[in-house]
Amino acid sequence: MNGSALLIRAQVIRTIREFFWEQGFLEVETPLLIPANAPEEHIDPVPALPWQLQTSPEICMKRLLCRGHRRIFQISHCWRAAERGSRHLTEFTMLEWYRADADYRDLMLDCEGLLRCVADRCGIERQFSRNDIQIDPHVVWQRFSLQEAFLRFANADALTSVQNGLFDELLVSKIEPALGNFYTPVIVADYPAEMAALARLKQHDPQFAERFELYVGGLELANGFSELNDPAEQRQRFEQANKVRAQRGAAALPLPEPFLAELSAMPPSAGIALGVDRLVMLTAGCATIDEVVAFRPEDL
Amino acid sequence: MLSVADLKKGIKLIIDGDPYVVTAFDFVKPGKGQALYKCKMKNMISGVTLDRTYRSGENFEPASMDERDMEYLYKEGTHYTFMDQQNYEQVVMEEDAVGDAKNFLLENTKVSVLLFGDKPIGVTLPNFINLRVTQTDPWLKGDTSGSDSKPATVETGYVLRVPPFIEEGELIVIDTRTGDYSTRVKG
Repeated sequence: MNGSALLIRAQVIRTIREFFWEQGFLEVETPLLIPANAPEEHIDPVPALPWQLQTSPEICMKRLLCRGHRRIFQISHCWRAAERGSRHLTEFTMLEWYRADADYRDLMLDCEGLLRCVADRCGIERQFSRNDIQIDPHVVWQRFSLQEAFLRFANADALTSVQNGLFDELLVSKIEPALGNFYTPVIVADYPAEMAALARLKQHDPQFAERFELYVGGLELANGFSELNDPAEQRQRFEQANKVRAQRGAAALPLPEPFLAELSAMPPSAGIALGVDRLVMLTAGCATIDEVVAFRPEDL
Repeated sequence: MLSVADLKKGIKLIIDGDPYVVTAFDFVKPGKGQALYKCKMKNMISGVTLDRTYRSGENFEPASMDERDMEYLYKEGTHYTFMDQQNYEQVVMEEDAVGDAKNFLLENTKVSVLLFGDKPIGVTLPNFINLRVTQTDPWLKGDTSGSDSKPATVETGYVLRVPPFIEEGELIVIDTRTGDYSTRVKG
């Protein structure tokens, strides 16, 4: 990592804090070592016996919503076993923020404000860059429903692609590269219900959930949704995730019982996770995640 | 067997019976989706490149390669014959597989031959090889064209640029990695 990426990293993190403080959010810290994460089909926690390291701070942050906090954010380290590539580190830095009495559309507005603020205060010519393309967050952002993106870029139906198991392959081989051609950030909204274990379903179209992804230069930057706050349905989705895990030979994960016990107290809320390392990559124009951290795991 | 987790740049594996070398590799994982491995590979025989996306859990057969010291014997049409220095067995290679090495092969040249099973798929030459110049124009003293090199043909028929002072019949050293003139052999 060169000195200038280290400086930009520090500036981006300071700017994130300034932005959320200015918006009246409370900065919180929740434990990194926890007895149970939200079980996910394809996310494996790093064990730290007898518990595990957090894969996301979502469980504890939602419990803070249950206790009456209304606008909270956190910048914390997360761990996901065996995830390592040019855009992945097993240990990475995540920004999460949550709003009570809000839905995923409020988060989209937060994303616009945050990215404009980061580009203004840290960006080169107030822009982001990826693969030699400049991305301007100050103009109107491109938006697609996930179904539109599938039809337009993969020539496939999203729901059919979930059924035949090609969803993820089409996403990485067709859709993400196509999103890399836009000169504005891109929001892809409304994912198939199966692809959104913690999201509320769309009221008028329950095959889809109120989940969206934010892409900049084809790089997946953030994933937000209107939070599910029905404990019974949430438990059933966690159990379903463990069933899928069993099918792929992965260990079943313990359920976060205190979270399920408190969930009915959570107001209608929206929450989002944003990869801070990736935001630094886009701000500094770095091609790989290795370039924006002080140490790579291979160097330790 | 290799698993996807073993894949990285430089790994050789068999796909549809052909040996491939991995030229680029990345771990990708969309949103909450499954781990996928994007792989660029090059067919070690045809040179054709291939893009594939694999899921975790998939397995591959490694392409085991054997490199043997051999001596180049002779050429017949587009077939080049080499002899194993250990067991004196002969192998025949197609011109395509010999590639640019054909420009530098003289009878009895010692080379290293890459074998995929019994099939020879590549030749590695010594980095420097001596070849005799069979044709080049004499250097005209007082040439004011300013040119600091001229074409020369060597005994394999290969044509390269050499300094103006090189004469017909001289032995020169060629860098086989670039195909360029390196120096002249004195005496």
